[in-house]
Amino acid sequence: MHPAFSVIFLTTLIGVGQGLFIALNIGQVFDLARDDINLGHGFYAWGGFLVLSFLALGLIASVFHLGHPERAWRAVTQWRTSWLSREVIVLPLFMLIVFAYMLGHFNGMDAEQSLTLGLVGIIVCFTLFVCTGMIYACLRFLREWATPLTVVNFILFGSASGFIFAAAYAGWAGQPELLELFGEIGAWLTLGALVSRGWTLKRNAELRARPKTTTQTATGIHHPEVRQTSMGLMGGSYNTREFFHGMKALAVRRIKGFFLVMVFPVTLALLLAGTALDSAFLVSLAFLAQYLGLIAERWYFFAQVNHPQNIYYQQVG
Amino acid sequence: MQTGSAVTNNGNIEVKNTTCYMCACRCGIRVTLQDGIVRYIQGNPDHPLNQGVICAKGSSGIMKQYSPARLTKPLKRKAGAERGDSEFEEITWDEAFDILEKRLAHLRATDPKKFALFTGRDQMQALTGLFARQFGTPNYAAHGGFCSVNMAAGMIYSIGGSFWEFGGPDLEHAKVLMMFGTAEDHHSNPLKIALSKFKRQGGRFISVNPVRTGYSAIADEWVPIKPGTDGAFIMAMMRILIEEGLVDEPFLVDYSNSAQLVIQDPQHPDFGRIARNTQGSPLVWSGKRQQAVSFDAREDGIVLDGAFTLADGTPVKTAFRLLKEQLAEYTPEYAEQITGIPAADIVRLARELGETALTKGGELPIAWTDCWGRQHASISIRPVAFHAMRGLAAHSNGFQTIRAFSLLLSLLGTIDRPGGFRHKAPYPRPIPPGPAIPSSPDDVQPGKPLNGAPLGSPASPDDLFVDANGQPVRLDKAFSWEHPLSLHGLMHNAITNAWRGDPYPIDTLLIFMANMAWNSTMNTSEIRKMLNDKRADGEYKIPFLVVCDAFQSEMVAYADLVLPDTTYLERHDCISMLDRPISEYDGPVDSVRIPVVPPTGQCKPFQEVLVELASRLKFPAFTNEDGSRKFKDYPDFITRFETAPGSGIGFLAGWRGKDGSKAMRGEPNPRQWEMYEKNNCVFHYHLPREQQYMRNWNQAYLDWAHENGLIGKNAPIVIQVYSEILQEFRMAAEGRRPGKQPPEHLRERVKTYCDPLPFYYRPLETQRSDCDTYPLNAVTQRPMAMYHSWDSQNAWLRQIHTYNYLYMSPRLGQQGGFEDGDWVWVESMHGKVRCMARFSEAVEPGTVWTWNAIGKAAGAWNLDPEANEARKGFLLNHLIAEELPPGPEGEHLSNSDPITGQAGWYDVQVRVYKAEEDEDFSWPQFPAQPTVPGEPSRPDTLAYHAARGGAANPAPTPWHEQFADKLAPLTQPLQGIGKRIVSAITGEKD
Amino acid sequence: MTQLALVIDLNVCVGCHACVTSCKEWNTSGQAGPMPDDNPYGADPSGVFFNRVQTYEVGSFPHTETVHFPKSCLHCEDPPCVPVCPTGASHKREADGIVLVDYDKCIGCKYCSWACPYGAREFDEHSQVMKKCTLCVDRIYDQTLPEQERKPACVMACPANARIFGDIHDPDSQASQMIREQQGYALMPELGTQPANHYLPRHIRRGSDDSA
Ligand SMILES: Nc1nc2c(c(=O)[nH]1)N[C@H]1C(S)=C(S)[C@@H](COP(=O)(O)OP(=O)(O)OC[C@H]3O[C@@H](n4cnc5c(=O)[nH]c(N)nc54)[C@H](O)[C@@H]3O)O[C@H]1N2
Ligand SMILES: Nc1nc2c(c(=O)[nH]1)N[C@H]1C(S)=C(S)[C@@H](COP(=O)(O)OP(=O)(O)OC[C@H]3O[C@@H](n4cnc5c(=O)[nH]c(N)nc54)[C@H](O)[C@@H]3O)O[C@H]1N2
Ligand code: SF4
Ligand code: SF4
Ligand code: SF4
Ligand code: SF4
Ligand code: SF4
Ligand SMILES: [Mo]
Repeated sequence: MHPAFSVIFLTTLIGVGQGLFIALNIGQVFDLARDDINLGHGFYAWGGFLVLSFLALGLIASVFHLGHPERAWRAVTQWRTSWLSREVIVLPLFMLIVFAYMLGHFNGMDAEQSLTLGLVGIIVCFTLFVCTGMIYACLRFLREWATPLTVVNFILFGSASGFIFAAAYAGWAGQPELLELFGEIGAWLTLGALVSRGWTLKRNAELRARPKTTTQTATGIHHPEVRQTSMGLMGGSYNTREFFHGMKALAVRRIKGFFLVMVFPVTLALLLAGTALDSAFLVSLAFLAQYLGLIAERWYFFAQVNHPQNIYYQQVG
Repeated sequence: MQTGSAVTNNGNIEVKNTTCYMCACRCGIRVTLQDGIVRYIQGNPDHPLNQGVICAKGSSGIMKQYSPARLTKPLKRKAGAERGDSEFEEITWDEAFDILEKRLAHLRATDPKKFALFTGRDQMQALTGLFARQFGTPNYAAHGGFCSVNMAAGMIYSIGGSFWEFGGPDLEHAKVLMMFGTAEDHHSNPLKIALSKFKRQGGRFISVNPVRTGYSAIADEWVPIKPGTDGAFIMAMMRILIEEGLVDEPFLVDYSNSAQLVIQDPQHPDFGRIARNTQGSPLVWSGKRQQAVSFDAREDGIVLDGAFTLADGTPVKTAFRLLKEQLAEYTPEYAEQITGIPAADIVRLARELGETALTKGGELPIAWTDCWGRQHASISIRPVAFHAMRGLAAHSNGFQTIRAFSLLLSLLGTIDRPGGFRHKAPYPRPIPPGPAIPSSPDDVQPGKPLNGAPLGSPASPDDLFVDANGQPVRLDKAFSWEHPLSLHGLMHNAITNAWRGDPYPIDTLLIFMANMAWNSTMNTSEIRKMLNDKRADGEYKIPFLVVCDAFQSEMVAYADLVLPDTTYLERHDCISMLDRPISEYDGPVDSVRIPVVPPTGQCKPFQEVLVELASRLKFPAFTNEDGSRKFKDYPDFITRFETAPGSGIGFLAGWRGKDGSKAMRGEPNPRQWEMYEKNNCVFHYHLPREQQYMRNWNQAYLDWAHENGLIGKNAPIVIQVYSEILQEFRMAAEGRRPGKQPPEHLRERVKTYCDPLPFYYRPLETQRSDCDTYPLNAVTQRPMAMYHSWDSQNAWLRQIHTYNYLYMSPRLGQQGGFEDGDWVWVESMHGKVRCMARFSEAVEPGTVWTWNAIGKAAGAWNLDPEANEARKGFLLNHLIAEELPPGPEGEHLSNSDPITGQAGWYDVQVRVYKAEEDEDFSWPQFPAQPTVPGEPSRPDTLAYHAARGGAANPAPTPWHEQFADKLAPLTQPLQGIGKRIVSAITGEKD
Repeated sequence: MTQLALVIDLNVCVGCHACVTSCKEWNTSGQAGPMPDDNPYGADPSGVFFNRVQTYEVGSFPHTETVHFPKSCLHCEDPPCVPVCPTGASHKREADGIVLVDYDKCIGCKYCSWACPYGAREFDEHSQVMKKCTLCVDRIYDQTLPEQERKPACVMACPANARIFGDIHDPDSQASQMIREQQGYALMPELGTQPANHYLPRHIRRGSDDSA
């Protein structure tokens, strides 16, 4: 598939927002449980604002994916069947909750109210993760995507990046305990993501070896040697642009390498150093490294998909 | 979008019939206009040719009509600009006519030969030919010589009719079809309709072709033959058929000259001629009476195969016996060596043809009477059909190959019988057919029409158009000893000859509908130089070049004067019985074009230009006795012109007579166009059933055809298994004949190739190529979705073929160390081109091929100079020479069939090797040709919608692009940074 | 229930592209149009087409077959492109099974095209909506057209009569009969999309003693 930058930004940005929101709530639990932590409404209110900002940025990015954003409201109508429609409902809902959360904290709502809102928010947040993941995972024929791992990856990457961001935020906000806490959780989540993404990569590599759909099934010509000699057009078309990344295999491998290095070892190293040294700066760097890596990861997420339609668009002649 | 009433309901809808000319097939079309804009072009269901279907080109007519490559104004080359620079100034039609009238009047009054008119895919040769003749110049030809004259001549001189437009396979009754060398779109829609029905009805389709695409794709068996070797294959099959007794003996005895007796005594003055009685009737041998009897006496017991001695002691052999002797060396094993087809397959296929023809047919219960008065109760079905086109024709051994092919059809008795080859009016014609050509330089006289038709069919050496020294009178050297039966001229040598002044220089060359600076020329790069070459005194070697085209082609760039033609949707036209009509097996069909939209800009139909010039120059046929102009315009000319005063025969055969009640022949009908218009623009005359078969010998048919002027005499048209005409040329070459004699250096050539019986020889160019260095045959094919060079301006069609590859066996890549898609050089002994390789298993491994005329010169056809056609596409013609390398037969012989002058396009031998890394565009490249005044501008996007203004309806810019454009100043630096980051990660540039 | 569809006979298709351009010609000025073209006269011309003819080679020399393979939307009976659409623009009609896009509802998210395994959808970059073969819905019901012309443009054009239009749920339709009698098959059957369009395979007719 051709990676769509609007979607790359949408999914990575809201992922950070979602993770951050979860972190804020975990933070609050700690806030309540431990006497040495006392954050004050400002931390949550501004945290909520940051969550909202990530979600809004993601939303804006996604608008660029639409040909007719003025009709976007229509996208809520098909929630019965379409995960995309569901996402379109859940994302604003989540934003609404975050907005209420932010407003509540600005107005000094009490902990009980905050936790209740937080809990509802987290449920919606996870629903959003599921919707986002399922948009891809539900496409049965895109076998690289059609696995629960897709949803798991979205959850883990979003949470990890959100926690690391939260750690940096806590650091800059002068909360070393939280920096450490979020940092540690972020590290574990990153490790979890490493496992699930690694597993996904392995799974997908094996898929290639056992294609289900072949030139034979696509054409109904059952002969061991069937080759396309012409796709019927020469100057390219939507089908040759949307479903091919147009990069050489080597470039794709380098992007994969880049994301694997950035999202995992580089991030972890910076994160460990940051938490050990209590450096908000290093943790911020860790976040940046992971986020950049995630952009590449998401790019690769698209690029790795070998759409069955490509069987029909192999050769110009 | 939702269901609802069709768009055709909105706006002012009109539906008009006319005839397509997206290709020469000439299907009937129905054009829907919406407020005057073309909405839809569909096949006319009531048209006999295409029966409602339409092809890819026909459906894309809209994009031709509204093409930005259209010429819209008469143009004159700018003073100081060179030919090829494509720099023009607009002029008015009055100026254009004045220029032409002055120049042509002077030439006509002084030396009419100095005016040459060459036309390409012209469908009005009856008019252009008449114009040339009335002008008085012999220098006229159309595309036939570089197209398929071998097919026409080889078959017409053998069986009185031919594939191409004059006959075809009767797939309704056939069980087996063997198709030779036909790509994918010859006789486009009708053949596709028939092939599909044939297959569905259980027919078996065998394709003999080095390449398997198009029609061959749906063949049941593919016989991959080496190019240029079909003669050997066919001869071998004939040998097997005869050996195994699988020939239609009664047919051969009755209807061909197979049983006629050929004089065998080398001392005899008529050695090699057919023996005749005193009445001139050919002799055959009666087995019963053991003596020679007249062929026309129709006795029983005539011997087909034998050697005898006439009463006067002259030894004779039947023509059939001579054929058998000629075939002796063509064993299947010999043919396998030449053709690459396994001997066992040759035997199997021959048997299949023979057995099917002779045992699987049956009779059609149609009673008929032959020319000798014999009545027949039925007509035998011969369910073996053939089709063949340029794969046989476009080789310099094509004439003799096609002679062999015609004889194969004859051995099987398939001539004009159900299931076999069927004629289409005006064929069959006598052998030789057609009008007499001039035969002496005196036939060209200042101020007078040419004495004879510029093109025709010689019957003997004395018909050649040569001077006392045996030198050609025509510029293209047609009808000379170099190419005696060049029925269609040699347009492919016209420019070279004019440039060299050999046989003489000319003054004005008028080219109509031919892209001779590109694809209809061999040796294209050199020809382009010749067109621009000057004499010592600064004058062009071809002083004045007029081009009539509808589009900004490569040729237009070289014109001194450009005449903008209309498109087929804008003009009157007729597909005439005097020319190449669209007849069906069951009778003559002709058709017309009637404008469905008004002319664009200043465009004027070339027909009108010719009528206007002919009137101004006061050609006799265009002038009343009092010297006044005879015809108002082209439609008026078509209505009132008669081939001879009162002949009742004109361009159109339908609705003749004062009230339109007569067919074929009758007085001019002033309302003829209207009647055509009401009748789908087509006239179809149905012959009675008993006149539809065996027409070479069918008395009722021949009488009818004669009465209606299709043939000059109603005598039987006997199949020429042994060609006496060729024998006459051979005898002249041997000096055994009074009359015209070939020049010494050509004697051997004429003697060798004018064999009265077919034989196989290696194509001339191959004989002179170093086949070790250049081991591969290179051929072209036309793709179904492109017509020659002229569809690159078509926005829809060019998406299907916007550049071309050279297709070849992967084995060549393995040997040469290159991959599929790599840039390669293709080199012949004449030059080289660079292109991309595409591996294919559907090509004979010794052959490489490409689509014809997809590559274009930069800037032509109003394409962006960077368009794929110019950067990635290529033209094979640069590798093909128009002349053979010098040899014992002379220096500047055309690279053509030695008998017909058919261009030997498919004889070129090449080698292929990998190009350098940085050689990633096609070669040769030419400086971009600028657009010309009056050409519409070239849009970046199209969103054609008839109801929204057609091509003028611009495609909207999506919101994010508008947004991005606005933000561009801000985002550009960011983009730069982004790109750098990405390329740092990926290692890929851009 | 009716399921309109095309049956494509690979046994007679010569790959002429008539269905490609006649489709474009009819539809660009129809309700499904315009079908824009980019760089129509420049490098890499690219446009919206609802139907394409592809070519495949089977086997190796000399036992090679060349197969021309036209492909447009297959109007799947279980069309994956429909349920994913968030707006309902992409829909399958109850009455005749045609899968259509309502341009007025489409937000141009392209999701349906990701869901279609056949590459049958084409995005109009200019009007930013998804487009595809409509089975010429604006012809086949048009009462102003003569009855025999109420067929898709590609079917009317096809010189080889390789495209048969009909109701594949009606066992008596010519389309159903041909599928039955000539082993008509669906593309990518393993995906369970149940394409309504079917293909008829090549049948090779051998000569009497052809052992090849
Ligand atoms: N779409 C479309 N239709 C056209 C035209 C067009 O440009 N476009 N042009 C029209 C014109 S002017 C003409 S003349 C006709 C020509 O129609 P065709 O005669 O079909 O034309 P070519 O494309 O020259 O195809 C020649 C075929 O012969 C094969 N061949 C080459 N050498 C040999 C050989 O030695 N033996 C055998 N057996 N086969 C061989 C080639 O592989 C190719 O398949 O088409 C007409 N129809
Ligand atoms: N290598 C190679 N070369 C070949 C062949 C081959 O097989 N291989 N085939 C040869 C054969 S068979 C042929 S017939 C020739 C064909 O060669 P040409 O006769 O040169 O055919 P086109 O390229 O179609 O060019 C015809 C010209 O007519 C113009 N034209 C189109 N419509 C109109 C109109 O309505 N009015 C006027 N006035 N002009 C119009 C076009 O713009 C174009 O410039 O090519 C030959 N060239
Ligand atoms: S075959 Fe096609 S282009 Fe040629 S006349 Fe017929 S419809 Fe027109
Ligand atoms: S129009 Fe018919 S024969 Fe031509 S490509 Fe399409 S389906 Fe095949
Ligand atoms: S072919 Fe593709 S677009 Fe058409 S119905 Fe099936 S899934 Fe949908
Ligand atoms: S592009 Fe249009 S039709 Fe396709 S899924 Fe999106 S809204 Fe639906
Ligand atoms: S049915 Fe209509 S829209 Fe579909 S491919 Fe055929 S012509 Fe095009
Ligand atoms: Mo031709």
